Amino acid sequence: MSLGAVVVILVVALSAAAAPVIMPYDPDEPDAEHALERPSLRHWMGTDLYGRDQLTRIVHAGRVDLLVALAATAIALSLGSVLGAISGYRGGWTDQLLMRAIDTIQAFPSFILAMGIAAALGNRLSNIVIAIAITHVPIYGRLVRGEMLRVREMEYAEAARTVGNRRRRIIFHHLLPNCLPPVVVQATLAMGFAILTVAALSYIGLGIRPPTSEWGAMTAEGAGYIVSGEWWVFLFPGTAIMATVLSFNLVGDALRDVLDPRMKGV
Amino acid sequence: MTPLLAVEDLTIHFDTEDGVVHAVDGAALAIGPGEVVGLVGESGSGKSVTALAILRLLRPPARVTSGRIRFDGRDLLALSEEEMRAVRGARISMVFQSPRTSLNPVLPVGRQIERLLVRHRGARPAEARAQAVAMLREAGLAEPERRARQYAHQLSGGMCQRVMVAMALATNPRLLIADEPTTGLDVSIAAQILDLLRDLGRRTGAAILLITHDLGVVARLCDRVVVMHAGQTVEWAPVRGLFHAPAHPYTRALIRSIPRVDRAVAMEPIAGVVPSLLAPPPGCRFASRCDLVRTQCAAGAPVRTVEAEHRVACVAVAGV
Amino acid sequence: MLGYVARRVLLVIPTLLGVTIVTFVLTYVLPGNPALVKAGPLATPEHIAEMERRMGLDRPMTVQYWHYLRGLFHGDLGESQTTGRPVLEDLLQRVPATLELTLAALLVALAVGIPLGVVAAVRRDGWLDHASRLIGVGGVAMPTFWTGLLALYVFFYALGVAPPPLGRLGAGITPPPRFTGLLTVDALLSLQWRALASALHQLALPALVLGFSVMAPLTRMVRATMLEVLESDYVKAAWAAGLPRRTVVYGDALRNCMIPVVTLIGVVFGFLMAGNVVVESVFAWPGIGNYAVTAMMSKDSGPIQSFVLFVGVVYVFVNLVVDLAYGLVDPRIRLG
Repeated sequence: MSLGAVVVILVVALSAAAAPVIMPYDPDEPDAEHALERPSLRHWMGTDLYGRDQLTRIVHAGRVDLLVALAATAIALSLGSVLGAISGYRGGWTDQLLMRAIDTIQAFPSFILAMGIAAALGNRLSNIVIAIAITHVPIYGRLVRGEMLRVREMEYAEAARTVGNRRRRIIFHHLLPNCLPPVVVQATLAMGFAILTVAALSYIGLGIRPPTSEWGAMTAEGAGYIVSGEWWVFLFPGTAIMATVLSFNLVGDALRDVLDPRMKGV
Repeated sequence: MTPLLAVEDLTIHFDTEDGVVHAVDGAALAIGPGEVVGLVGESGSGKSVTALAILRLLRPPARVTSGRIRFDGRDLLALSEEEMRAVRGARISMVFQSPRTSLNPVLPVGRQIERLLVRHRGARPAEARAQAVAMLREAGLAEPERRARQYAHQLSGGMCQRVMVAMALATNPRLLIADEPTTGLDVSIAAQILDLLRDLGRRTGAAILLITHDLGVVARLCDRVVVMHAGQTVEWAPVRGLFHAPAHPYTRALIRSIPRVDRAVAMEPIAGVVPSLLAPPPGCRFASRCDLVRTQCAAGAPVRTVEAEHRVACVAVAGV
Repeated sequence: MLGYVARRVLLVIPTLLGVTIVTFVLTYVLPGNPALVKAGPLATPEHIAEMERRMGLDRPMTVQYWHYLRGLFHGDLGESQTTGRPVLEDLLQRVPATLELTLAALLVALAVGIPLGVVAAVRRDGWLDHASRLIGVGGVAMPTFWTGLLALYVFFYALGVAPPPLGRLGAGITPPPRFTGLLTVDALLSLQWRALASALHQLALPALVLGFSVMAPLTRMVRATMLEVLESDYVKAAWAAGLPRRTVVYGDALRNCMIPVVTLIGVVFGFLMAGNVVVESVFAWPGIGNYAVTAMMSKDSGPIQSFVLFVGVVYVFVNLVVDLAYGLVDPRIRLG
């Protein structure tokens, strides 16, 4: 099952990367003659209002969604892990301060906060990345802090201290690598959330703006056609989101079983 | 005298990913009314599994593949689940290892005793409450009315174990199975609990099957002892006989390995390791560690009587 | 218990301060000059400077924050340019709609999600367990807006059982007299059956969609907790004491399982508030989420930050209530 998930992710990622090359149609060029066509052999996923091939647009949109999710996750992971590591290792005021900051971020439902940040910063790709990254920092911060608390009391940390390693070296060189497995699991699962957030933000108009194709925005475009029965416009982009997120979740769960069985059921 | 409980030829297997674990092989033991019998062995020797089997508490992947457990004139292994439920907690009770976690954290402890009385003795709520408090008092809890209304987290470990003993004996069972009841308790508290078990056992006439790896506990409390090794019962003896004249090589090694405070004797660990129960050797499972081993051991260990009431499963020991 | 309550209530203060700081930063960081916006497109540079001074935009940040905080205490959340009214007024007017939707969805999620999780754990590896795991895994991956659109397509367009997403009451139905603002409750209280039927009809699909979207994580967590409880020492002791299955599983185990589930409700509420925005958007439900989104689409950026603040504050209090409830329900905390 998770093997299939890995395959799906690879397919999505690779096709997204190779989109301009492998896709037969131009995602942006309108073709008024073929507007709103049902799925057919020519257009596997039908066309939208402007006659653009949906499949092409979906694959192109994959680049945006994946890139944003990846960038946001990478930033949140790095920032969160570092903050969590410092916080966990040093304790005291540093810890209190950082934890208060993280608590403040978590005082909002994360999507609402992302909305606020995206609205404040403006509808640019980079801003969406920042918005999502900020709301995801607490995940990694808490996780790494917890791991750090557990690990710093262990013997090899004691050994490193006695040998005289500088604190920074202890944190980053010795202890942090051991905190990583659950972080990897969380990152994989968080990729799914990131994609859902980008899509939802774009759906309500806060995220990626047309003409850049993005799965959520495409779904929003398709919303209006439900009442007239053109189901393919909204269905396929949404399915793409679901399939990708599902795959990340399955891979994340499989990774969790492999790397950290005691987290099962969390 | 008919024994109260007689386990005959009990064999238990565990179906695991790596294969079948032959956890218990032909175990046998008998308990007379009002007796305190100790079931001794290392961890992994199958003593807890045997105890769970008596109350039919084993769940898959464990399964009893053969044997009989005679109690009250019936074979417990042949009873229906409903009949078994009438036995558990009423005719045979069990006390477990970690007292605080064995109590429901969200029910007052008195309630937990009361409902057993209601269910198994048909007591009315007011009666049950009074009996529960009385039982707590008998178990040595000061201010039993107040304690009965408290929750497990408000009691110390020793107090929790007293509650467990009270709960187990409230319904006046004929047999109490105590599985390592003093593990995790302070030494002095442990001694008190053991004395409590013995006293209450005598007062109610209940027999006790005490499962432990600690020979000291056995010496203090038990009338008779059964020794288990790698899923096999190897020796049955009165407690004095076991300590003064251990017959089975394993028992002898066990007793020799107890550190002595009164003499300066070197500590003697038992040679070898417990054989794997996934692919156990045929016959006697102590053979690979035994200094009296001979070829017949692989064919099985016949039970010989060494003295009155003292039997051993060993080819090498001369019987009477 | 008293210590727990006191500590928990006191914790609200710094958390609320934190919330206001965040929204203040977001408002402060808003693109464009608020003075410019207020002064209008025809303003001269001097006029704008004057406006800035009056609005306190030339003062240091801490002073501005203080003014912001003071404004909040007086209920000043800014003004909406699209409606021309104070944002607070707009929000309060639309809160009942969101509340009704959220409560209905919560009901759905709890009524279906909890029993599903419990039974999945009790009959482990049964068909219900597999179904619940499927729903759990699949449901978490489905974008809520897509579920909503799918539901609309199937139930409205294809099957015709759901009404067109035009709001809380069908066309031509007079709203019941206002007691709570919740149309279903008000219609029930005033015995206006047509209004009740219509309100329920309109509420059904969005509530089901929103409820379903939060049900997946809830079911998962309930199942995991129940499984853990079923393996606990006290459950094993209960079996050994000959108690019937009914008592052990649906009495002891369930009671212990429900206690951590109480804290889950706080988390679920957070998901609900987030999902609300999207569901209101899909179904054109006249709640606060829709209000914020619509305002933002018309370049009216004030309401959205006030909306974020509003939700943040509500979330803090919801979590407070949940934690206090947990303290009441768990004897280990109630009796220290």
